[in-house]
Amino acid sequence: MDILPILSTLRRHKTAASLIVIEIALTSAIVCNALHLISQRLDVLSHDSGLPEAELVVVPVRSTGGTADVDELTTQDLTALRQLPGVKSAAVVNQVIYGNNSSNSDVRKTEDKNGPRFLGSFYTGGEQTVATMGLKLVEGRDFKPEEYQSSSAVDQQDDPNVGQVIINRTMAEKMYPGQSAVGQVLYGYGERPSTVIGVVERLTHPYPSKAERDDGNAMIYPVRPSFRGGVYMIRVDPAQRDAVLKAAAGIIERIDATRIVHEARTLSEMRNRFYAQDRAMVWLMGGVIVALLVVTAFGIVGLASFWVQQRTRMIGTRRAMGATRGQILRYFQLENFLLSTVGIVLGMGGAFGLSLVLMTNYEMPRLPLMYLPLGALALWGLGQLAVLAPARRAAALPPVAALRS
Amino acid sequence: MLAYYFDLALRSFKSARALSLLMVLALGLGIGACMTTLTVYHVLSGDPIPSKSARLFDVELDAANMVGYQPGEEPTFQLTRFDAEALLRAKHAKRQVMMTGANVAVQTDSPSVKPFYVPARYTSADFFAMFETPFLHGSGWDAEADASQARVVVISKSLNDKLFGGENSVGRELMLKRQPMRIVGVLNEWRPVPHFYDMTMGTAQFEDVFAPFSTALTLKLGASGNTDCWGNTGAASPRDLNVPCSWIQYWVELASPEEAPAFRDYLVQYSEEQRRAGRFERPANVRLRNVTDWLAFRKVLPGDVRLQVWLAFGFLLVCLTNTVGLLLAKCLRRSGEIGVRRALGATKGAIFAQFLVEAGTLGLAGGLLGLFLAALGLWLVKHSPADYAPLVQMDWPMLALTLVLALAASVIAGLLPAWRAANVTPAQQLKTQ
Repeated sequence: MDILPILSTLRRHKTAASLIVIEIALTSAIVCNALHLISQRLDVLSHDSGLPEAELVVVPVRSTGGTADVDELTTQDLTALRQLPGVKSAAVVNQVIYGNNSSNSDVRKTEDKNGPRFLGSFYTGGEQTVATMGLKLVEGRDFKPEEYQSSSAVDQQDDPNVGQVIINRTMAEKMYPGQSAVGQVLYGYGERPSTVIGVVERLTHPYPSKAERDDGNAMIYPVRPSFRGGVYMIRVDPAQRDAVLKAAAGIIERIDATRIVHEARTLSEMRNRFYAQDRAMVWLMGGVIVALLVVTAFGIVGLASFWVQQRTRMIGTRRAMGATRGQILRYFQLENFLLSTVGIVLGMGGAFGLSLVLMTNYEMPRLPLMYLPLGALALWGLGQLAVLAPARRAAALPPVAALRS
Repeated sequence: MLAYYFDLALRSFKSARALSLLMVLALGLGIGACMTTLTVYHVLSGDPIPSKSARLFDVELDAANMVGYQPGEEPTFQLTRFDAEALLRAKHAKRQVMMTGANVAVQTDSPSVKPFYVPARYTSADFFAMFETPFLHGSGWDAEADASQARVVVISKSLNDKLFGGENSVGRELMLKRQPMRIVGVLNEWRPVPHFYDMTMGTAQFEDVFAPFSTALTLKLGASGNTDCWGNTGAASPRDLNVPCSWIQYWVELASPEEAPAFRDYLVQYSEEQRRAGRFERPANVRLRNVTDWLAFRKVLPGDVRLQVWLAFGFLLVCLTNTVGLLLAKCLRRSGEIGVRRALGATKGAIFAQFLVEAGTLGLAGGLLGLFLAALGLWLVKHSPADYAPLVQMDWPMLALTLVLALAASVIAGLLPAWRAANVTPAQQLKTQ
């Protein structure tokens, strides 16, 4: 089509044309990066904990200074909890995913203290831990009943000895690449060695967003904390989850009233809270993208309307000389397409620059190239949509308009 | 003259209502977004104790063993109990305090009140004078109480309201973990933001109970926050005196910022002594950071907040470009009118001023809308899940900044259109009419 007349017209409206180009460039640069930010947060939000979240209830208990034997109380609590209707299993563990503490430890393959060290999440748990957390063993076995020890007993030893450990697959592959981890010996609890007796498919850091940074290693020792050093994790029939949640607090306070059940929650609720801020950020970014596109669209409508008004005489003349309505319409559409294209090309450069800034300052990964065509398409579409109304108004101008003005 | 231009601006808005509304809306959105994010930024980056932030210092020593040692590394950001007690005894600064955060079960003698947990702080006596806590009733305790492990507490206004209905409770009793304590002071509202003196408990965690550190240790009231241990702790509790664990925040107040180098030398000297005595293994590696440096070091400002500020300004930039374009279109559409004014004797300067006033008026309207949108935005932030959410509020400087920003932005956006308008040649305009 006739690009040359469009270019020569634009040359006479350099300022207005460049303003549209700048606006489109800025918008596309920001939109590309905002989309990227959103997709990153969505990645975080869809993180798989590997746990049967819908079936889990977490009950933290705090002591207000009672004098009873805490290990004995813990055993009583668990026995009572396991008898609740709908409960499949219950365990006491030192930390849970989405909780508010995390315990990490260095592990060595050899006794040599200066040997290579592997940092991992440090889980300890009593009977039924593996079953309650729904961990899938890909190799080896679960702990045997006689292998569990209470943490108070272990910590009283001068040279604590915990003979068994289960590790996750990530850790197994990192520590023993190309060989079976089961049967290997590692040093992580005190100074004495522990034998790897099992490898589980998936077990993450209690703060999942940190898993990446901490290599995603995780280990479980068969050491049973008391309710003071741990929390109760109960696996239930999802239909009876809320009933169990309510009943659990009553049971624990009945067994020893000097204790308070503090913020007992379903794991799903804990997950929701844990990710609340990321979710808020997704909505915010989404809002910004929409607002940007709307503002840009109205900017295009405004300037295009002005141009149509300014060129009434030209349009009328062209119509009088035989141009069809379609030709006038396409003239404005093509003009917008050209401006958008220049803006988008500049904007893509800007998007990349912005991404570099984000990479250095906010630990963001590089903007994947697929966002560029995505942003380009969005802005081309937006431009065409915005220019449609003014262009149709132009096309509807009667040829006499040229003579009247 | 200005009033006349203002009147002209209003007339011009009326003649192009949709276009003007569009500009005000875009400007308002941009300003609103900027002010919302800037206010959050302002609140979080504020100086929590302006009168003293240059004289209060966080103290760090490197007491760790040689495992994994890398020269030049940051030391652990808290102290071991041994070092904290040694420095406190030496009293080398004007004031010094060792402390830890905790959660503690509170009870009264009234059986109807179920025990409940509140955030607490176990600290040595200088805390109150050092951080200038406001007292409603009574006062803090003295070094004598620290030494004798006195059973005393200072409580917050909100706890006092909850337990004693806001009465002066000084002299009354309170149970911490079933141990009776005498209330010696009630604080007035005190919420230093951010919670600078201990950042391991979150930015908006405020204590309800303060008790002497020594008392808390004796009564085994526990502690929470961050504990780093190295080497073999054996069967010992991390709270014991000689255990290689860092968990205590240690702050000093110097008489003036100029004393900092001397105090740092003293810390180096202390480290060397400890090394000679065989306690420290690493070469002396100390840090002495004042409040401002400390906050920067601990990265109080979440990355998301800074990102949002940038995003908002990017958005404002787009809105401004948009406004420039629309203003330009509006000005040029009025070329005829400008031609007539010029022909009747208006100077270029007068036309320029007229259009700048018009842009400014637009900015003012946009600013007011922005203010409203910022209030809405802050309301949303307040109800967001972020842990700083309850702290966020608009203050007068930010309010003023909003209007100034709006005005400045719109005038800058008006420069180009006004200049183009001033350069309209009257002869040509009159001819085409």
